[in-house]
Amino acid sequence: MNEPLRPADFTSDQEVRWCPGCGDYAILKAMRQVLAEIGRSPDEVVCVSGIGCAARFPYYLSTYGFHTIHGRAAAIASGVKLARPELDVWVVGGDGDFLAIGGNHTAHVLRRDADLNLLLFNNAIYGLTKGQASPTSPIGTQTPSSPAGTSEQPVNPPLFALGAGASFIARSIDARQKHLPEILKRAHQHKGASFVEILQNCPVYNDGVFGPITDKQEGPETVIELEDGAPMIFGRDRDKGLVFNAAEGRLEAVRVEEVGEAALARHMPENAAQAFALARLAAPVPIGVLYRRAGD
Amino acid sequence: MLDTSRSRASSRAGPLVVRFAGDSGDGIQLLGAEFSKSTADADTGFMTFPDYPAEIRAPAGTLFGVSAFQIQFGADEILTSGDAADVLVAFNPAALKSNLHVLKRGGLLIVDKGTFERRGLQKAGLDENPLDGDLAASYQLLPLDITAQTLEALAALDIGRKQAVRAKNFWVLGLIFWLFDRDPAKTEGWIARRFAADMSLREANTTALKAGHAFAETLELAAFPGVAPTRRAGAREHGAPPAREIVSGTQAMALGIRAVAKRAERDVLYCSYPITPASALLHALASGEGGVRIFQAEDEIAAACAAIGASYAGAIGMTASSGPGLSLKTEALGLAVSCELPLIVIDVQRAGPSTGMPTKPEQSDLTLAIHGRHGEAPVPVLAPATPEDCFAIMVEAAEIAISAMTPVIVLSDAYLANAASDWVSPDIDSLPHLAGLVQHPQDGFQPFARDAETLARPWVAPGTPGLAHRIGGLEKEAGSGHISYDPDNHAEMVRLRAEKIARLAGRRAAAEISTGDKTGDLLVVGWGSTYGAIRKAVQELRAEGRAVSHLHLRQLWPLPGGIDKIMSGFKKIVCPELNSGQLAGILRGELLLPVEPLTQVTGQPFRVGDLKAQLERRLES
Ligand code: SF4
Repeated sequence: MNEPLRPADFTSDQEVRWCPGCGDYAILKAMRQVLAEIGRSPDEVVCVSGIGCAARFPYYLSTYGFHTIHGRAAAIASGVKLARPELDVWVVGGDGDFLAIGGNHTAHVLRRDADLNLLLFNNAIYGLTKGQASPTSPIGTQTPSSPAGTSEQPVNPPLFALGAGASFIARSIDARQKHLPEILKRAHQHKGASFVEILQNCPVYNDGVFGPITDKQEGPETVIELEDGAPMIFGRDRDKGLVFNAAEGRLEAVRVEEVGEAALARHMPENAAQAFALARLAAPVPIGVLYRRAGD
Repeated sequence: MLDTSRSRASSRAGPLVVRFAGDSGDGIQLLGAEFSKSTADADTGFMTFPDYPAEIRAPAGTLFGVSAFQIQFGADEILTSGDAADVLVAFNPAALKSNLHVLKRGGLLIVDKGTFERRGLQKAGLDENPLDGDLAASYQLLPLDITAQTLEALAALDIGRKQAVRAKNFWVLGLIFWLFDRDPAKTEGWIARRFAADMSLREANTTALKAGHAFAETLELAAFPGVAPTRRAGAREHGAPPAREIVSGTQAMALGIRAVAKRAERDVLYCSYPITPASALLHALASGEGGVRIFQAEDEIAAACAAIGASYAGAIGMTASSGPGLSLKTEALGLAVSCELPLIVIDVQRAGPSTGMPTKPEQSDLTLAIHGRHGEAPVPVLAPATPEDCFAIMVEAAEIAISAMTPVIVLSDAYLANAASDWVSPDIDSLPHLAGLVQHPQDGFQPFARDAETLARPWVAPGTPGLAHRIGGLEKEAGSGHISYDPDNHAEMVRLRAEKIARLAGRRAAAEISTGDKTGDLLVVGWGSTYGAIRKAVQELRAEGRAVSHLHLRQLWPLPGGIDKIMSGFKKIVCPELNSGQLAGILRGELLLPVEPLTQVTGQPFRVGDLKAQLERRLES
């Protein structure tokens, strides 16, 4: 038996060049840890990325890596996987990559369900091109290209993935160093296309865009961690929960003491109706595996 | 009645051209294919060209619903499907109206006279019945009641009228078989296999075939010059004849792609998005046989990118499209150039710009292929000359792509894709082994180290133990491949990438005159599908004593070695192309020689007669 792999075994000799404080550092750290835990040799792992800050990711891993063109990582990774199905293939891109210029590829790679792990680093901004509004920027985001604030409805990534027929949809947050590695591991375990949205802070161009969601203090009140089979409970004192309003297809936050724990919705990741409701839920923001196709 | 003396008059030794024209629903292409097979069996050389409408199901009887099939065959080298027809079979008034101009004066014109009634004429936009006119003055008119004859022949069978009428293409085939002394037995066998599941169709088609044959016999139609004079001389001298097959450019290309998988001992991943006329190749490969798998991507860009991903992962990535699709793929081509990955891009050119005329050939993507990329991104460009050359060109493209670690563009066109001729399938095992440069860890691996001769970098696929590395579209440091913004390094990398492609000119065969002498009054330089028409025109001029030669380029970029030397042997250089002078411009720019364009942009292939007349004019001016 070989020595167990360590995160350092997945660290390349390249100097990391993201801005200080960028959320990408935390994602890289989680990823190295997960790759070590998965335990496949760096020679059997490929990381394919598009263009943007996130897309520098492969250079910082010691695996095989391919930094490609804007938006096309999923298409290129599809070719890699078709040619070498035995390799673990990770696809990394930002919100511009996955949902603007490469939106078509994202939709099709999901419906095709090739065994790829797709990591969307969502910072709701174009970082590398100096801060223009992106397809996930909230309405009103003021940027050099939208001085009066954006007026377009942002894309909802999990909803997009559900619409495309994805078989595995999850969400996590850059700073959550316990949660994120768990989610990455589950994405890897899933056979088929795994879509993971990682809320990532860009301190330079969009600092605090996820505000209370990523805030350590506010987090427990604004985020709900989903657990398979468990009642949907959140809050610092675990005093809040979600009930499923079947008539309107919505999940609604309630006080647990008002309805009783038995009335709370249980998280059934294979329940598509609930998954749509979770994808649309803005307060609290659900993290975890939002959807997993039955039988997958 | 047929004037037998006139018919015999056309029994010169030369080749013959037969054209079938009818409604899309008349089974014209099937009729043509079966006649082609019998021509191959008669050991006669030939070339065919289907001419069908872009509309999938145009209304029956209309002009835009006419589908035609033309074949030229004979004992000589057959280079094109023929300028004009000796025999035209028109299944309805619309077919006659839109195809009569192709028939030679004095040619045999067979029409289904029963279809020349009020409605049929109306749909063809004819006020008067042309059969009542003076057609017989210009042609050997043979009006037959094809539909009625077919119905009568099938009257005893238990099938509906609609089904019976559909057998008329086989009735005509029987008639034509008799005319050219062909044996219908093989076709009967084919019908039995093809319609094995449907007894009534099988019976109907066989009965119609026999009835048409018998009808011709009782009519005592003067047989057209039979098989004997057109049989290939010497073909049967050395024991059993080699098995001849009919291949279109598309089929030859598919076979070439399979040969690549075999000789490279690597999987081919053929990635494509549906587009006319390139889709036929996707269908030809869809069975997944022979180490070639297909991937129908969500768009042209994804097709190119998936092919690049496959090549990166050690398979051979290929992608095909037509002009508009090539435009979409060009960004991805830049990545393949920058990362120095093998990739084969096929462009089945069609008349453009934009949607243009999707089923019509044009050679108007040459400058796009050679120059149409951002940055300094040289890419070798090849073009097959004939349908069967579509096989060899794929093997050559792969040899270049793998040995030089570069994308290669292959420019076919709508004519080559659809035109068919007979060939003896090549012995794939005798083709060279297609091996890439493989480097092992003990060599001190550097992803952008280069082979001293080819300047290729090593091809190391993910999964190779101990060699994990990162590549990308950012500029790379020579050797190590690390990201580099160093000015001198960039200049050196641009030079290296260009030099790698330029060196192909020296490594590959030098330019060679394909017809004629090394010096003379006129050199005709062509490329791609115009080979047959140019060669024929040049042959005819030479037979008349003109000092004309033909140089045909299969490699457009880099220009093959020795081309300037060849050109210096001629007083004048003319470059016929189905575009507005793209190769002529490139030759002028690269060689600083006064190359004259000779252009045609009608969406039609060159006719030998037109080309010859134009070349004559150039000789005189
Ligand atoms: S611009 Fe933003 S996303 Fe990009 S590296 Fe800097 S902090 Fe990170």
